[in-house]
Amino acid sequence: MVRSSHLSSPIFSRFLTAFLLASALIPVLHAQEKPYFVTYSHDLEEPGNLEIETKTALGRPADSHHYGALATELEYGVTGWWTSELYLDGQTTGQESTLFTGFRLENRFRPLMREHWINPVLYIEYENITGADKNMLEVVGHDGQGDLAEPNDDTREEHEHEAELKLILSSNVRDWNISENFIAEKNLGHEPWEFGYALGIARPLRTLGSGKPCIFCLEKFTGGAEMYGGLGDVASLTLADTSHYIAPIIGWQLPKGRFSFSTGFGLNSNSLDRVYRIGWASELPQIGSWFRRNGGTR
Amino acid sequence: MNPQLRRTVGLTCAFIAAVLLCAAASSRWDRVPAKDHARTNPLAAHPESISAGALIYKEHCEQCHKSDATGDGHKKPSLRTDRIKSATDGDLEWFLRQGDLAHGMPSWSSLPQAQRWQLVTFLRSIQ
Repeated sequence: MVRSSHLSSPIFSRFLTAFLLASALIPVLHAQEKPYFVTYSHDLEEPGNLEIETKTALGRPADSHHYGALATELEYGVTGWWTSELYLDGQTTGQESTLFTGFRLENRFRPLMREHWINPVLYIEYENITGADKNMLEVVGHDGQGDLAEPNDDTREEHEHEAELKLILSSNVRDWNISENFIAEKNLGHEPWEFGYALGIARPLRTLGSGKPCIFCLEKFTGGAEMYGGLGDVASLTLADTSHYIAPIIGWQLPKGRFSFSTGFGLNSNSLDRVYRIGWASELPQIGSWFRRNGGTR
Repeated sequence: MNPQLRRTVGLTCAFIAAVLLCAAASSRWDRVPAKDHARTNPLAAHPESISAGALIYKEHCEQCHKSDATGDGHKKPSLRTDRIKSATDGDLEWFLRQGDLAHGMPSWSSLPQAQRWQLVTFLRSIQ
């Protein structure tokens, strides 16, 4: 079991600094996935590649302190139809503390090998996180800003072992990506199934390649929006007492990776007024062959 | 096993084996729908298509197929082959869109269609 109290803030920040420095120095490729923060499309990681991505969420619940939550994601393409990921989560809350809040293991599978009008992906995740987790990588059940306002000293002691299933449906139509995710999450501690949804739409701002290396040209930018929220639980499948967000997003392909940003607007009183999200993703190509090559030259 | 059942099982196995042999012997392009096979590259004559395709190749394909498109001789095949030469532009665009997930080739449906055509132009230029 992960004990958040064992990981104090200096250790976490040192780890983060070292990690970001290493990421900046390693040769990287462009990550090709959509700039969504919550929604998944049917893009999987290319086989043998490792993508390192950070997703930061910044918000402030009503009558509480500002917080920043960081999820660091390691995503590996096992095969063309199977991608596996490890998330490490943390957060810092103003006038409270900085915590490591747990980890998530997830796998995504494409059951159909061909591209179709709608492409299904099956998603299965195990989460071992504390109640202090504020990353909002999904919104389910009756999640709301009240959960985010509770003091870290109380929520860090709540350990949640959860299984999460998603049905991802995604289409690429005339250079638009349209994705729908249906989420079912179960706290393994005898709590009911909770449900949620995420919808996303995105398109490159220019579809024709210019043929010149550039940073600020329109083909490097992707615009879109996502919407996500809770749908209650198995006892009350409802929109009442749930939270919902709509968030315009922008993605920017840079020589060393992909930057993305969104501002999420809460759609009801149970939601945060605004949640800002910042993402950075870099892809390390064919890391499996690095190990094989190094092993072979010894 | 009675003789009639044995004959039925034998014939079924022979039929399945014949189907598998035919599938293995057929070209990859036999699977391309006729509509896609017949499509022509709208950007073939575009003056910047080769350079744009080369850049897309460098960003997305070079890591597996190598800078000279000769592959590694195993799972990451050469793109300078008779099989590529004999394909129509429509075949190549279809294959880029579909990928071959079972054999490690990702689907590039996430690339805009115009960029897939630019990539096809580049692949033609290096044959």
